[in-house]
Amino acid sequence: MQTKRTIFSNRALPIALIAPQLVITLIFFIWPALQAIRSSFEREDPFGLRTSFVWFQNYTRLFADPTYLSAFGRTLLFATAVTVLAMAFALVLAAAVSRVMRSANAYTTLLVWPYAVAPVVAGILWWFMFNPSIGILPYVLGQFGITWNHRTSGTDAMVLVVIAATWKQISYNFLFFLAGLQSIPNALSEAAAIDGAGPFKRFFTIVLPLLSPTTFFLLIINVNYAMFDTFGIIDGTTSGGPNQATNILVYKVYADGFLGLNIGSSAAQSVILMLIVIALVFVQFRFVERRVQY
Amino acid sequence: MSVRHVAGLAALATSLFASTAYAQTEIAWWHAMGGELGAKLEAVAEGFNQTQDDYRIVPVYRGTYGETLTAAIAAFRASEQPAIVQVYEVGTGTMMAAQGAVYPVYQLMADNDQPFEPSEYLASVVGYYSDTSGNILSLPFNSSTPIMYYNKEIFEAAGLDPETPPATWAGMEAAMNQIVESGAAPCGMTTAWISWIHTENFSALHNLSYGTLENGFGGLGAEFAMNNEHLARHWDNLAHWEDEGVFRYGGPEGGPDAQPAFLSGECGLFMNSSAGRAAVVANADFEVGFAPLPYYDDVVETPMNSIIGGATLWVMQGRPAEEYEGVAAFFSYLSQPEVQADWHQDTGYLPITNAAYDLGQEQGYYEANPGSDTSIMQMTRVEPNENSKGLRFGSYTQVRALIDEEFEAVLASDKTGQEALDSLVERGNQLLREFEAANS
Repeated sequence: MQTKRTIFSNRALPIALIAPQLVITLIFFIWPALQAIRSSFEREDPFGLRTSFVWFQNYTRLFADPTYLSAFGRTLLFATAVTVLAMAFALVLAAAVSRVMRSANAYTTLLVWPYAVAPVVAGILWWFMFNPSIGILPYVLGQFGITWNHRTSGTDAMVLVVIAATWKQISYNFLFFLAGLQSIPNALSEAAAIDGAGPFKRFFTIVLPLLSPTTFFLLIINVNYAMFDTFGIIDGTTSGGPNQATNILVYKVYADGFLGLNIGSSAAQSVILMLIVIALVFVQFRFVERRVQY
Repeated sequence: MSVRHVAGLAALATSLFASTAYAQTEIAWWHAMGGELGAKLEAVAEGFNQTQDDYRIVPVYRGTYGETLTAAIAAFRASEQPAIVQVYEVGTGTMMAAQGAVYPVYQLMADNDQPFEPSEYLASVVGYYSDTSGNILSLPFNSSTPIMYYNKEIFEAAGLDPETPPATWAGMEAAMNQIVESGAAPCGMTTAWISWIHTENFSALHNLSYGTLENGFGGLGAEFAMNNEHLARHWDNLAHWEDEGVFRYGGPEGGPDAQPAFLSGECGLFMNSSAGRAAVVANADFEVGFAPLPYYDDVVETPMNSIIGGATLWVMQGRPAEEYEGVAAFFSYLSQPEVQADWHQDTGYLPITNAAYDLGQEQGYYEANPGSDTSIMQMTRVEPNENSKGLRFGSYTQVRALIDEEFEAVLASDKTGQEALDSLVERGNQLLREFEAANS
């Protein structure tokens, strides 16, 4: 295997070049992470006046707490739903745009817009449309005899946050899928067409396998997004309610730590989240990057 | 850079130096009042700044009550705390337990030779914020109590007497049904604050115990005890009325959907803080009636007093001494009858001192504004007892969230009222034990 190697004449220059990035990572990532690990073994009053070391008590309490365990399951459901929907819609849109000859750029621009919307704003937007008293969609649904109220129905609330989170992520997936589709040589599809394969057969046997690097990359990114970046959407729409129906792990860290001022438990939860991220990254580099042909 | 720019910069620099040379102690006041209330609060601070030159109160809006408390705590941990922070009543337990972080108001006033007489304040208000020996720990600033608002036009359209709002829950049920059946409005009643109004105040009004050790006033070892049959029946009733469509749930905490539903004329009755009066009167295009909260007449013959909500001003430790002199002077200013009466009349918050209430009566304010004293009458109609003087529990912000969750489970028919309250007591007691362990 050939590797590129740059030889520096002295040691100081390479260290100086990577130092800024290292310093930023240490200050803004490693240091807070270490503090979270320390806090997760402590019990402390909100003001930090009395601190005692409690070993694994924060962790054992968490895993004995049925609401925490159900938040795990809920996060899994939410992440799966958002990932599958966001990727499926994005793929369909990308495939459609890549076939359009004229004004493909205009469609691309329009489809990327939602990505520029801040998560909280995206949440509020959908919350507004679905608002049980002033929203347009419950009114329309009411005409079909469907009662919509995400204030009382946990299912409605979950559907709402899934829609808002999916809508925002479609743009990102769309861009990657579009780029992926455009990098597949047309000759392959044409050859299959000459051999008599229809458009669907061509898509599923030629295009989709060749897209697999993009798909796997997006899979990891989307799971990460759904689990960790959707905080703003949840906070802006349901605040985790009703009756915890949309309280996913990352929101619970905030609710317990910042609203409930229970720092020990909140720190323990973020350490668990940190382990999940590490596991995801491990899966990505260990298996996905190796197995998938680029 | 042109000559004119340089001259401008020089002028700017001179003015900056001039203002720093003029020594005025700035005192930060973190608060949680946005919109109309925020503007009024800034006017209060400005009023104080106008009366003297030594201190300047600088109000800083920090978001919701929860966010303000969190920000103040984070600031304290980083030694960047403000001198004054506005904390809502459910944060009282947290602040009281933080000895070393807070500067008790009675001590602050004594240290700075400012007159401070607890008996001048409304008993039911200061009782909430005093320690077990009767010392006031934080200055009551904006206290309110829940009342009922109703739409007189909907009452008339439904064939109800607009001048006699229902006093009991039996009367409420009849009125709600009549409003919906007559087609006067699509919904009978909506409400803010399931926790504060339909759980805490419900228990106080019906003389029911909310927790052991005098509802937590007696110490950190208290346990919740609100899982009685009467509260369970009330929650079941609300869920039942929601199913029938005569009651509409406005959402957790302050019920964000409740007030719009009342103001748009969709719901005929609305329960909310008395401090919502300014906003309701300003935004309603119909005549609004005010009434005390209803009660179940088979539980109590006459209801007890309601309990307060709102916020007080806490002073934080670790600021320079001259700031505390200014804080004490500001608190004296805030307690003046004119300042208090003005604040109370503009916002709908309770008058904190007896003198401010007397002043309002002298001015003829309550006669000119019918309903504006509903809250005061409801608060002071009986002598508060151990069930109705308020509550004091640690981690109470989290308990408030649990109340909303459990109530939502009843609404979704996942639990009965009794099951939800039993689970609330169990989960709430866990939080209390954790708080007790962390603070002792």
